[in-house]
Amino acid sequence: MAIADLANPSRFLRFANRTIPWLGGLTVVAFAFGINQAMVAPDDYQQGATVKIMFLHVPGAWLGTLGWGVMTIAALGTLVWRHPLADVTAKAAAPIGAAFTLLCLVTGSLWGRPMWGTYWVWDARLTSVLILFLLYLGVIALWRTVEDPSRAARAAAILTLVGAIDLPIIKFSVDWWNTLHQPASVFRFGAPTIDPSILIPLFIMTVAFTLAFATLLLAAMRNEILRRRVRTLRLMQASAAS
Amino acid sequence: MEATNHIAFIVAAYAAAIAVVGGLTAWVMLDYRAQRRKLADLEMRGVTRRSAPMRRPEPTMEKEEA
Repeated sequence: MAIADLANPSRFLRFANRTIPWLGGLTVVAFAFGINQAMVAPDDYQQGATVKIMFLHVPGAWLGTLGWGVMTIAALGTLVWRHPLADVTAKAAAPIGAAFTLLCLVTGSLWGRPMWGTYWVWDARLTSVLILFLLYLGVIALWRTVEDPSRAARAAAILTLVGAIDLPIIKFSVDWWNTLHQPASVFRFGAPTIDPSILIPLFIMTVAFTLAFATLLLAAMRNEILRRRVRTLRLMQASAAS
Repeated sequence: MEATNHIAFIVAAYAAAIAVVGGLTAWVMLDYRAQRRKLADLEMRGVTRRSAPMRRPEPTMEKEEA
């Protein structure tokens, strides 16, 4: 099956039905391996055992920004090609991205309290991630407010493209401003600055979380296609009755 | 730096992760069941895409499946 064939909703549903169980199983295996590796990883020489929070915080941050990246590409699909599956992707990705951004904020706070002495500071990195979370909530609210899916999709696509400005701000905030948050230590030019004994479990956990994201996104897209099918049938029923 | 001093923060972080991933999983599974139930209910009442009336209410992705 060519990738272009998946643009057909019925073919996409068949693909999703076949793929979701395998992806789900792979996610469970990756999490089991990743959590095991995270638990046996050594403590950090400065941060002690709290470094184990990093195995959740970094994937949360990665998926929060990845979710908006997926929505940005989908927004282009909505506005340029007006493809309904792009609308479906954007709508399905929003709550998942929001949840992972929230996980990033919560685990960051729980890591910050013992290390920085505070749950929260209004520095550029933390604030820009909070703005991303609020943008997610705005997009979700927009989808729920506008009843017609195609109109909601266009409005949400415009907000998504505007909000994409926040992604480079999040990435480079630690370089552009003086922040309490540390500079990039994994996703940076040059080699990561983390010891392999901690970097490898972090990589495995990031893969596990990314697989979870992909599984959840496929499942949410399948649900959205079915929801639109229900809506279409109800409109047909009402139209036939009138 | 003793791990025991910060164990509550670590446990709370992992509990938050379980809540997020578990909550999302439960949400997509329950939503799937709900949509399947609604579709089955419509089909039981004879409303299917095959029984579509002449006048379609709006252009949707369904047209690509013809």
